[in-house]
Amino acid sequence: MILLDSFLIRAALAGLGVALAAGPLGCFVVWRRMAYFGDATAHATILGVALALALEVPILAGALVVALAMALAIWWLSGRGEATDTLLGVMAHSALAFGLVAVAFLPGVRIDLMAYLFGDILSVGRIDLLVIWGGAALVTALLAWRWQRLLTSTLGADLAHAAGIDPRREQLILTLSLAVVVAVAIKVVGVLLIAALLLIPAAAARRFVRTPETMALAAAGLGGVAALGGVWASWAWDTPTGPTIVCIAALIFAAATAVRRGGG
Amino acid sequence: MTLIAVEGLEIRHGARRVLHDVTLTLRPGEIVTIVGPNGSGKSSLLRAMIGAIRPARGRVVRRPGLRIGYVPQRLTLDASLPMTVRRFLSLPRPVSDAEARVALERAGVPQVAPAQVGALSGGQLQRVLLARALLGDPELLILDEPTQGLDQPGSAAFYRQIEAIRTETGCAVLMVSHELHVVMAASDRVICLNGHVCCEGHPEQVASAPEYRALFGTGTQGALALYRHEHTHRHDHGPAA
Repeated sequence: MILLDSFLIRAALAGLGVALAAGPLGCFVVWRRMAYFGDATAHATILGVALALALEVPILAGALVVALAMALAIWWLSGRGEATDTLLGVMAHSALAFGLVAVAFLPGVRIDLMAYLFGDILSVGRIDLLVIWGGAALVTALLAWRWQRLLTSTLGADLAHAAGIDPRREQLILTLSLAVVVAVAIKVVGVLLIAALLLIPAAAARRFVRTPETMALAAAGLGGVAALGGVWASWAWDTPTGPTIVCIAALIFAAATAVRRGGG
Repeated sequence: MTLIAVEGLEIRHGARRVLHDVTLTLRPGEIVTIVGPNGSGKSSLLRAMIGAIRPARGRVVRRPGLRIGYVPQRLTLDASLPMTVRRFLSLPRPVSDAEARVALERAGVPQVAPAQVGALSGGQLQRVLLARALLGDPELLILDEPTQGLDQPGSAAFYRQIEAIRTETGCAVLMVSHELHVVMAASDRVICLNGHVCCEGHPEQVASAPEYRALFGTGTQGALALYRHEHTHRHDHGPAA
């Protein structure tokens, strides 16, 4: 696997892996207006990073545990039917702030926080690649398996109930998938920009499609283009890679919107 | 033989008691309409019957394997979700093109398969929802205010369609409506609901029940009065009749 020896190739594969899973999942985030959930989960994850550093366990483990805990909290809150926005905001930003402060207390090496906030895709190793593609494959398989039930629940809770589907269970599956993608994407785009990788490709794909399936595929494709283009552009112009990927995605969205407008 | 039975049902939304002591049964092939003022628990009753609400007390007993087709009050499809009518009909169970065509024809909208669900008119959308509910070959069709937002000829046509479907397929129909006069004419049995079952029976019986008159009055708002009126003093209503 000499190919994987190049850090650029590894970065491209890492970006591609996250984008392919984030595309279809991002569609549900858009359809169900879960953008805020994605942000809240991602922000809280920085606390997991701090805990992992303090306890000297792998970053991914800390991030995953906190992301899953946040996802469960969100799911539980949303089932209570109360106004959850405020509480969510309190939890997410408190976790982010405590995480940032906790990192400052850590003895020894100074930690480059930027790497966790905006990603450090050029330092992706073989193990990281394995984790990213493993997580992406898990989430994609989960979505494919539940696809019909997830779509039916998205159309309405009562429609789902009448068909013998428990919409709460499907919501839990989506929320947990979101946590997994957020956790494995930290290396790629960081906690502040993962929501962009979920939303923007899906929103761009919406301009050209007529069915949910084509939207999911198009979102994965456009996300992949943004990831590869971003890695290349950041190499060419020496810009931070995570933000560059998001910039490319945003340009694709703008172009998609313009083309659609122009075409009527 | 009972399709579905509700026994001593009580439903609470938090501390508020929405329904109590509701007992009713549905038999194959009958059309039953639930009427009642706003907030009388009509939708809650339907939602408990499809399993969307857990009752605080009592129970809902379905015949094992009962196939239910459900038409919701409205479909709030997010504009970001692309969905053709054809694709929509394949949720949650994939259906063949032939099945989809038959269902759309039966519901009275044979042409709309390639259209986006979000681009349909209110009447078309209701019929597409009806078509989707028919796809599982239901033994019981449950409709929650299916003609909301339709004009009077539109809803009259919709109820005629329901009756035709019942005749054709033999399925039982349970619906909630506020259009008393149209609905009463099309129902075998009417259940008047206001937190509990006020009265129940044939449309004519319910119309003359004091509980019903107390709720809906006997003036022009009391559509039952209008309904009865039309049979005895038709000339009074001029062209409206």
